[in-house]
Amino acid sequence: MTLNFFDQFMSPTHLGIPLIALALSLPWVLFPTPSARWLNNRLLTLQGWFINRFTQQLLLPLNVGGHKWALLFTSLMVFLITLNLLGLLPYTFTPTTQLSLNMGFAVPLWLATVIIGMRNQPTAALGHLLPEGTPVPLIPVLIIIETISLFIRPLALGVRLTANLTAGHLLIQLIATAAFVLAPMMPTVAILTTTVLFLLTLLEVAVAMIQAYVFVLLLSLYLQENV
Amino acid sequence: MADKPVPIAEKRLMDVKLGELTSWATTKDFSPNGIIAAIRRGHDRYYNKYINVKKGGIGGVAMLLTGYVLLSYVWEYDHIKHDRWRKYH
Repeated sequence: MTLNFFDQFMSPTHLGIPLIALALSLPWVLFPTPSARWLNNRLLTLQGWFINRFTQQLLLPLNVGGHKWALLFTSLMVFLITLNLLGLLPYTFTPTTQLSLNMGFAVPLWLATVIIGMRNQPTAALGHLLPEGTPVPLIPVLIIIETISLFIRPLALGVRLTANLTAGHLLIQLIATAAFVLAPMMPTVAILTTTVLFLLTLLEVAVAMIQAYVFVLLLSLYLQENV
Repeated sequence: MADKPVPIAEKRLMDVKLGELTSWATTKDFSPNGIIAAIRRGHDRYYNKYINVKKGGIGGVAMLLTGYVLLSYVWEYDHIKHDRWRKYH
C-alpha cells in the first residue's frame, strides 16, 4: 500500500544525483544521429521518416517566416513525446509531471511568439485582440477579455500538459492498487478492475502522444497568428 | 610459448590478472574528459553491435529500456521500500 499517492511525483535522488537528470538525458540517447551513409539502419530510417512527416504536417499552415521554427518545434515534439512515453514504464520518473519544467517550455516560447508579432507587425498583432464583426458597445469589454485570454495561454499550455500526465499516472496507480487489494477478496471484481487498468494504460499511451502534439500544435498556431 | 611482456596500462580488462587489477585501475583516466570518452566508447560499442545493423529489431532498444527500468528501480528503492504490506503504517 503506498502511503501517499503523490509520492511518485517527488523527484528522487540517489547518492545526491537526482533521477530527473537521467530521465531528461535519456531522449538524447534513444535517437541516434544520422550517419553519412545512403542506407541507414532501421531505427534511423524510421526516425527520419517520422521527423520528415511530422515537420511537413506541422509547417503546412505556416508561412515562410514560420519555417525558421521548424527545428525547434520538431525537436520539442520529439522530446516531449519521448519523455511522456518513457514515463509509462514501471518505476520511471516522468519529468513532464513537474509544472516547473512545463512552464519553462511554455512561457519563453509563447513570449517569443508574442514579441515577434509585436515587433514585425504591431498593428496586426494588436488587431487580434478584437474579433471582426463585434457590436460597438461590446468593444471595451471584449478587448479586456481577449487580453486576458492572451496572457492565460502560457499558463494553459503548461498546466494542460502537467495536469494530463499527472492525472493519468495517478489513475493508473489508484486502479492498480484497487485491483491488487481486491484480488484475494473478490476475484471477479479484481478481473474487471484489471481490464479497466489495461484499457487505461492504452489510454495513457495515447494521451502521452496526444498531449505532446497538442503542445507543439498550439505553439505553432500562436506563431502563425503573429508571424 | 611465452607472450611478450605488455605494459599493464595497455591491457584490456579481460587480460588483466586478478593480482594486477588495482594497479590497472590506477592507470585509467578518471578526469571528466576521460569519463566522457569512456561513455562515448561504451555507447559506440553498444550502438554498433545492436542498433546500427542492417536488420535491427526491437531487441536493441528494448534492452536499453529494460536497463533504464532496472536503474530507476535501484534509484528509487529507498523510497519504494515504504510501500510494503503492513498492519500498522
